[in-house]
Amino acid sequence: MNLNLTPEQDLIIGMVRKFVREEIIPLEMNLDPDADELPAADKARLVEKTKEMGLYGLDIPPAYGGPDIDLVTRTLIAVEMSQHRAGLYAPCYGTFGGAGLAQLFEATDDQKERYLYPTLRGEKRGFFGLSEPSGGSDPARAIQTKAVQDGDDWVINGGKLWISGADRADFGLVFARTDSDQGRNGVTCFIVDTDTPGFHVRRIVHTLRSANYATELQFEDMRVPASNILGKLNRGFAIANDRLTRQRIPYAAGCIGVAIKAQEMALEYVPQRETFGAPLSSRQAIQWMLVDNDIDIKQSLWLTLEAASKAEQGEVFRKEAAMAKLVATEAGGRVVDRCMQMFGGLGVAKDLPFERWFREMRIRRIGEGPSEVQRHVIARELLGASLR
Amino acid sequence: MAIRLTKPWIPLEEGIAGLRGHLGVFQLADAQQQIVYIGFAGGNSLFGLRGEVTAMSKEIADSAFVRVEITTAYLSRYRELMMIHIADHGILPSANKLNKQPLTLGKMSPAG
Ligand SMILES: Cc1cc2nc3c(=O)[nH]c(=O)nc-3n(C[C@H](O)[C@H](O)[C@H](O)COP(=O)(O)OP(=O)(O)OC[C@H]3O[C@@H](n4cnc5c(N)ncnc54)[C@H](O)[C@@H]3O)c2cc1C
Repeated sequence: MNLNLTPEQDLIIGMVRKFVREEIIPLEMNLDPDADELPAADKARLVEKTKEMGLYGLDIPPAYGGPDIDLVTRTLIAVEMSQHRAGLYAPCYGTFGGAGLAQLFEATDDQKERYLYPTLRGEKRGFFGLSEPSGGSDPARAIQTKAVQDGDDWVINGGKLWISGADRADFGLVFARTDSDQGRNGVTCFIVDTDTPGFHVRRIVHTLRSANYATELQFEDMRVPASNILGKLNRGFAIANDRLTRQRIPYAAGCIGVAIKAQEMALEYVPQRETFGAPLSSRQAIQWMLVDNDIDIKQSLWLTLEAASKAEQGEVFRKEAAMAKLVATEAGGRVVDRCMQMFGGLGVAKDLPFERWFREMRIRRIGEGPSEVQRHVIARELLGASLR
Repeated sequence: MAIRLTKPWIPLEEGIAGLRGHLGVFQLADAQQQIVYIGFAGGNSLFGLRGEVTAMSKEIADSAFVRVEITTAYLSRYRELMMIHIADHGILPSANKLNKQPLTLGKMSPAG
């Protein structure tokens, strides 16, 4: 793998870095430290800028009007976009647009008209509803939400837990059991409109992350037309799995961006701050924290770029994506923790972004498959099907 | 944790006297104990709940009672209380049009 940036990558990264530093960070300084959205007028102005830069809707495939940028470059951009206080869960506050739920690119033409295109135009939002109170690590076995066919409709009963953004969504992907004897081959993915009778957002699940919070959903005799099945009946788990694997790359990239920014702040601070008559940077204890940070960041970056490069070339990248997610989320937590230590009291104050990164980074080791599940995925790849 | 804020209302002066600089959410009510405002004390609030409740009670002439909940998850809790109010009454509390930092709200249908 060639780790040198091409002149084109260099140019794009430079543009995004400038955008984050000159547009996002100054606005962010006036927001609540836990904010996850910009005032509407600022967001509209910045969306125009990212469109002028040719970087709006980065993850939208070119066939659907997105800029034609390869996955390695998009990963490098994701690393840049997260280098601010809200960067982990609201990179650049959404001003680069989004591709929405990637599974919708596999939808039928009718489903694309109703859900995909409005999402790409920024008119609709979707949620991803997989996890349930019965467990998120092993959803294929844990899913208890049931869908039963009734004429041309399916009637769904059950509930979901931890679902991000469902209260503000127009529709969502809901995974339900359609054949109770078939394990992972008995789960179907339904596209559900949030105004469907029987769809309820019951509460917000308050966690360490106040921004982009999770919700608890309940479905009571919720009727969904068969035409809203995404993909094939009983094949929903493959859709979920594909999404989880792909999502691990940008998920890792966000952690790396935050770690880079935290390290940059520490590198600036420790030569200036004096204790016992000498700058912190002269102490070996501090130097070693900086060194360990650098190693953590490089390891994470290389593994993540390797996963992106394999995915870009159409190779199987399950193991690499799991490694990237595992290493970047754990390393990101260590880097932010060390930087907090170097900043002393300021490190834990809301005046600086470390405390938010610390809380949100902790969730990264659980969300999108906990570290142990990533190790399980890697072990399966190493040992083969016997572990399945 | 109860979803609705169900603590007893405290007369403003007494309520403010008991407040300290914590992060959290609060509700102000009129003399009939109808909610007129939902707010939060966040990371940028001077003197936390005490500062925010004092300032907003001065701005909202008909506020007579207060109740608070101390929480570091003030933003998600604030949004939840606003959505519950809309689910229960169809509209936002009357004084929330004064909001300095309007946030996008979703839609909830809390049980009970
Ligand atoms: C803030 C937040 C937002 C979320 N948003 C969404 C969302 O939008 N959509 C969605 O579908 N889900 C979402 N999730 C759910 C998330 O994916 C799950 O929390 C996660 O998959 C773990 O599931 P669980 O919490 O049920 O833990 P469990 O599955 O009960 O696992 C508990 C712990 O057991 C350990 N463990 C699990 N399996 C193994 C194993 N094989 N070997 C050893 N140890 C193991 C791990 O340490 C794990 O943390 C969100 C979660 C959070 C916290």
